[in-house]
Amino acid sequence: MSKFNKKGKKEAPGITTASLPDIVFMLLCFFMVVTKMRDSELLVKVTVPNATQLQKLEKKTLVSHIFIGPPTKKYQATMGTAPRIQLNDQFATVEKIPEFIANEKFKVKNQKKHSQMTAAMRIDKDVKMGIVTDVKTELRKVNFRKVSYLATDITK
Amino acid sequence: MAQRKIPEINAGSMADIAFLLLIFFLVTTTIQTDTGLNVLLPPYVEVPPEADKVNRRNVFDVKINGRDELLIRGEQVADVYSIKEKARAFIMNNGRDPNSSDSPKFAVISLMNDNATSVATYVAVYDQLKAAYNELWNESAQAKYGRNYEDLTKEERQDVRKEIPLVISEAEPTNFETAP
Repeated sequence: MSKFNKKGKKEAPGITTASLPDIVFMLLCFFMVVTKMRDSELLVKVTVPNATQLQKLEKKTLVSHIFIGPPTKKYQATMGTAPRIQLNDQFATVEKIPEFIANEKFKVKNQKKHSQMTAAMRIDKDVKMGIVTDVKTELRKVNFRKVSYLATDITK
Repeated sequence: MAQRKIPEINAGSMADIAFLLLIFFLVTTTIQTDTGLNVLLPPYVEVPPEADKVNRRNVFDVKINGRDELLIRGEQVADVYSIKEKARAFIMNNGRDPNSSDSPKFAVISLMNDNATSVATYVAVYDQLKAAYNELWNESAQAKYGRNYEDLTKEERQDVRKEIPLVISEAEPTNFETAP
């Protein structure tokens, strides 16, 4: 008898699905790790002003957020009520802006994209322009000139 | 020929596939996109250059003081929303009124604010100035191409913008910069 007998009646074996949940969980874990739930905790209270000529901020990876507003209740005891700048998850001074921008640029590996990066300024509507002008000057110094003042659309 | 039995397809994994898709969409959906007023800041210069000799008639002066009061070309204005009409009339003057711009190409908007100006007012004013230009671009696009400005190609937009360039200078009247 030949060892390679092909003529026997064979049934295709059922595919085992026991490992499917593992694959799904693996993918789930992958996405959980990769996703950044990045709505950083707000240390300052911000109500953005109203406007009509708004453009959507696309390409979230190319957007750096700068928050300016009075500290929230929780931090008023230590930080006072005067408007503060928040970068990432902490209070910062105007001098920290160049460092912050350098960091943001470092995060975007593609050099060509650097010119498309935008600073999204989320500023409380009651904040005075003095602090905003300081931030703008710092941004100009590091040649980071694309800025967007976040606002809510009143036409809707 | 041996008759083969067709194996039944296992449907037990369908649920898993569904979950997979669900998770995928959960991950990729962005609930809210931020909207903002895009501005291109002028490049930084150590010493602000001396005021350029731009003919006064071509400068649309908007000043906001610390009490959020507006002064447009030396005239006090109470309503922010009237800026748009004023700016439009100024830009599209085309030499008719000797006190307004020669042509849209020469028109320059000078925006000056105080350190105590509130962000709300500043943004509202900037917004109105942009609205004026957006309207003019739209009209120009309609006249030239029969389409809205938004629907034009990049080259066509540049063409429209070349006719009516948006120049808003802030505080340093010589650093005229075309906004995005």
